[in-house]
Amino acid sequence: MQEINHTGSRTTRLLGAAVIIGLVALVFLGWFVAPEDDDQQDAVRMIFVHVPSAIWTYIAFVTTAIGSVMWLVRRSVWWDTVAAASAEIGVLFCGLTLFTGSVWGRPTWNTYWDWGDVRLVTTLILFLMMIGYLSVRSLGGPESATATRAAIVGVMAAAILPIINRSVEWWENNTLHQKSSLTDGNLEDMTLFTLVVGLIVWGLFFWWAVLHRFRIAWLEREIRSTDLDRALVERRAEGDPGATPQEERV
Amino acid sequence: MTHVGYLLVGWGTTFAVGLVYTATLLRRGRRLTVRVPADRRRWMTTEDT
Repeated sequence: MQEINHTGSRTTRLLGAAVIIGLVALVFLGWFVAPEDDDQQDAVRMIFVHVPSAIWTYIAFVTTAIGSVMWLVRRSVWWDTVAAASAEIGVLFCGLTLFTGSVWGRPTWNTYWDWGDVRLVTTLILFLMMIGYLSVRSLGGPESATATRAAIVGVMAAAILPIINRSVEWWENNTLHQKSSLTDGNLEDMTLFTLVVGLIVWGLFFWWAVLHRFRIAWLEREIRSTDLDRALVERRAEGDPGATPQEERV
Repeated sequence: MTHVGYLLVGWGTTFAVGLVYTATLLRRGRRLTVRVPADRRRWMTTEDT
């Protein structure tokens, strides 16, 4: 096996190349090909970064919830690592969703933020909960307990997703958002096509980032394990008969 | 074209954040990989380089 000093692989390189090509295509389509909107004019072009960020936020946090359940039920370290990797990228996407939505809101709704809009506020709550998830993971302590606490937060956060998704129907008088752009059939053909390209590019980036982040988390776990093994060997070498692996791990 | 400033801020921030996160991931990966023996990097084989 030859020495490799990175977390890349053939799969990630292919994904990375596809993301770069996709981004170039998205900029070209989004800025120069897709038509302006009758009401929003060119501000509608924000849809090509805002909606993919929002939809992949959902997918990221659903992935985290699945990984969390798998940890709670099966104590699967692999799934716990997937959950953590997906959560970090989900927080990134969720932050971008809030930011691009706010910037888009100024020219279309004449405001950056509205505390009465249920979708905005519930998305912010989700964002804060998932920051909490990452904070719990970084607190330290026994790995098993940390994973369990984080998994509970991850499952709780995912429970908000249906509320965010359905909020524009359930509270249609309390939202500035329109109903789903993807399903209402009101988008121009080229606008819809560009939006689908954006969704694909965001998806490719998501899986590229999840793979790298998973491997980083795995390396961190290996390093902790190696350090623990070394500490045990040193302890035994000191001739302390009371130091057993079980006690050290607790 | 209208609303160019808003579009540049929205798209620009999205791309900049993505780029910084990408660079951070790759740098963290490189830094950590050298600390783990090759036989414990389970996804890395000669076939997948």
